[in-house]
Amino acid sequence: MKHKGSQILLESMIKEGVDTIFGFPGGAVLDIYHQIPNYPLRHILTRHEQGAVHAADGYARATGRTGVALVTSGPGATNTVTGIATAYLDSVPLVVFTGQVPTKLIGNDAFQEVDIVGITRPCTKHNYLVKDVRDLAKTIKEAFYVARSGRPGPVLVDLPKDVMADACQFSYPERIAMRSYNPHYEPNLKQVRKASSLLKKAKRPVIFAGGGVIASNAHEELTWMARTLQIPVTTSMMGLGGFPGNDPLWLGMLGMHGTYVANMGINNCDLLISVGVRFDDRVTGKLESFAPEAKLVHIDIDPTSIRKNVSVDVPIVADCRLALQSLRTEVEKLLESEDLSTRYAPWREKLMAWNQAQPLCCPEGGDRIKPQAVVQKLYEITQGEAIVTTEVGQNQMWATQFYRFHQPRTWISSGGLGTMGYGFPAAIGAQIAFPDKLVLDIAGDGSIQMNSQELATAVSYGLPVKIIILNNGYLGMVRQWQELFYDRNYCSTCMHHNPDFVRLAQAYGAEGYRVERMEDLDQVLRQALESKQTTIVDVVVEQEENVYPMVPAGAGLSEMLLV
Amino acid sequence: MRHTLSVLVENEPGVLSRVAGLFSGRGFNIESLNVAPTLEQGISLMTIVTDGEEQIIEQIIKQLRKLISVIKVVDMNEIKCVDREMVLLKVNAMEQYRAEVLRIVDIFRCKVVDVSPSELTLEATGDRGKISALIQLLHRFGIKEIARTGSVTMRRSMQVD
Ligand SMILES: Cc1ncc(C[n+]2csc(CCOP(=O)(O)OP(=O)(O)O)c2C)c(N)n1
Repeated sequence: MKHKGSQILLESMIKEGVDTIFGFPGGAVLDIYHQIPNYPLRHILTRHEQGAVHAADGYARATGRTGVALVTSGPGATNTVTGIATAYLDSVPLVVFTGQVPTKLIGNDAFQEVDIVGITRPCTKHNYLVKDVRDLAKTIKEAFYVARSGRPGPVLVDLPKDVMADACQFSYPERIAMRSYNPHYEPNLKQVRKASSLLKKAKRPVIFAGGGVIASNAHEELTWMARTLQIPVTTSMMGLGGFPGNDPLWLGMLGMHGTYVANMGINNCDLLISVGVRFDDRVTGKLESFAPEAKLVHIDIDPTSIRKNVSVDVPIVADCRLALQSLRTEVEKLLESEDLSTRYAPWREKLMAWNQAQPLCCPEGGDRIKPQAVVQKLYEITQGEAIVTTEVGQNQMWATQFYRFHQPRTWISSGGLGTMGYGFPAAIGAQIAFPDKLVLDIAGDGSIQMNSQELATAVSYGLPVKIIILNNGYLGMVRQWQELFYDRNYCSTCMHHNPDFVRLAQAYGAEGYRVERMEDLDQVLRQALESKQTTIVDVVVEQEENVYPMVPAGAGLSEMLLV
Repeated sequence: MRHTLSVLVENEPGVLSRVAGLFSGRGFNIESLNVAPTLEQGISLMTIVTDGEEQIIEQIIKQLRKLISVIKVVDMNEIKCVDREMVLLKVNAMEQYRAEVLRIVDIFRCKVVDVSPSELTLEATGDRGKISALIQLLHRFGIKEIARTGSVTMRRSMQVD
C-alpha cells in the first residue's frame, strides 16, 4: 500500500517515539495538518512559531528527549530562526519541520517561499530539503539520529508541499548508515590515565562542569567523583543542576556573574577538570589570566570545543559520562595508595575562607522589594523542587545566584544565545512534559513582552505555569551596563508604558497578582504557586538594583566588582 | 602558515556553501578552493588552500570534520604530495616580444592555446612556485587576463624523504 508523504512523516515520527509536537499551521503544511488527527500525536498550537520552537526546546531540556516543531513555509519558517539558534548554541536536540512551496516553484520567488535551508545552515547541526517522497523516511530517520547523537543540536527538515502530497511505499529504515557522521563516545584510556595522574599530583583541584554533564546524564558520575575525592565544584550557567546546589563542595557558578569563591578558585587552582564546557567568554573573562596556575583536563564530546579558547594539557574527546566512568576506575586505583581528599583539605579550607569573606547575599534596605529576595523566597518555598526557566537579563542572573538547583534538567535557560522571550514558551514545553511539576518562569518586565502572546497557549492547554516578573521598569541588565560603563545614559532602556501585567493575565483568562511590599511577598507567592492556573505574579522591585559580583567584560576573573 | 586541505564530501546540493559558510562564518580565509567529482559515485573532492596560525588550522580541520556532509579531511602539509595548479594567461605579444614570450613558453613547458596578431593565450600547469615565477616573468610584456584554478593535490605513492 502506498502512503502519502504527510502520512510517512507522521508515521516516522511515531517510530521515533514522538508523542508531542509544537507547531503553527499554514498553506504549505496543510496536507500534514490534515493527517495529524489520525495519529497518536499531540499537537500543541502556540501563538507564534518562535514560541513553538522554544516550547519544543524546553520540552527537550526538561525530558532529555528530542523536541519537535512543525511550521509552515516562508514567514513561518523564518520565525523559527531565533528558536533554532537558541537550541544550537545550547546543544539541544530538536527536529524542526518546515513547509516549503512545491518543488517546481522552488527558486521562483513563489508566494511564501524562502530558502530556509540556506538561512539556517549556520545555526543547525544539519539540515535537509526533501525533494522526493522516496527519500522522506530515510531523511527523517537521519534527522532524529543527527539531532540526538554526538553533541546534540537542532536539525531542520524542509518539506515541499508536493512531496507531502506524493505517495510511495513506506518502509522505515531500521538502521542508519552515514559514512560521513560517526560520533565518537569512548574516551582514550591513555588520556584518562594522564588525567588521573594529574589528580595524584594536584594540591588544589577544582571541577568545572557544564551543560555537557547534563546532556550526557553524567551528574551521578560527577557527583561521585567530587564527593569521593572531596574536590570543590563550580559550573557554568548551563551546568547548573549537574551537581547538587546544596552540597558543601558546591562553589556556585563561575564567570561574569559567578560567585567570588568560584572565580577565586579558578584563579588559584593547580588542576582544573573541565567536563562538558566550552569556555565561553562570559565564563573565562580575559583569556590570558584564566586559571593561570592550573593544568587543564578537558572532557568534551565535540573535538572543536577543545583548544578553541584555552590551551589544554589533557584533552579527552568522549561522552562525558563514559569518560567520567573510565576516570572513576583510575581514581579507585589511586585511592588504594592515598586518601587524596585529605591532601586537598587545606585547599578546601582556603576556599571556605574566601566564601565567608565574600558570600552571595541579598542586599537590604530601601523601600522596595529586592529582586534577589524574590528568588530566595521562591527557593525557600519550593525547596528546589521546581523546574525553573528564565528570561534573559538580571532576572536570569539572580535566578542562577539565589535559587539552588539540585537535579539536572530543573534549570532551563538560554545560555549561549541569551534569548529574551525564551523562558515562558520553554516553561510551556516543560509543563507539557511534566504536567504535575511546578514550573516557574523567572522573568523581567522587558523579556516577558517578547513572547507574552503564549499566555493564550498556556491557558488553552490548562498549564499551571507561573511567571514571576521581577518588574524593575527597565531593561535592567542593559541599564546596569549603561550605569557602570556608559555614564548612566539610560537611553532606551526605561520600559515606559509597561502593560498592567495583572490585567494582561486576566485578559487571557489567567490569574494575575501584584506584590509591592516585602511583607506581602511570602503569602502572595505561596498562593500563586498553589494555583492550578496559568499565573503571573508581577513583583514590583527596586528599580536600579544591580547584579553583583560582576567581572567587567574583558577583565580577568580576579578583577571582580563586588558591590 | 599556508595549509592545503584535501576534503572528501558528499556530492549533494548545498555542500559547497556549507564548507564555504564555515570559513566565512568564523572569519577564516580561503585562498583557493577546487571541487570536482571523484571516481566514487556521490563523493566529491575539495582542495582548499588556507592560511593561518596552527591553532586556527586545527580549528578549521576540526570544524570541517564536524560538518555532517564531510567524509574525510587530510592536512596535505603533513604528508608528501604532488601539488599542481593550472593557469590560463593572455599575454601581450606584439611582434617585437613574441619570440621572447615563446621562449618562456618553451622553458616553462606551457602550451599556446590561442593566438591573435597582438596576443598569445598560454596554458601552464605546475606547482605554485612555478606558476608564480611564470607570471612574474611575463609581467613585463603585459598580462591582459589571468585565470587560475588554485591547487589540486594528491598524496605521493611513496612517502620517502
Ligand atoms: C532578543 C534579545 N534582544 C536583546 C537582548 C539584549 N538584552 C540582554 S538583557 C536585556 C534586558 C532584559 O530586560 P528585562 O527582561 O526587563 O530583564 P532584567 O534585566 O530587567 O531582569 C536586553 C535588552 C537580548 N538578550 N535578547
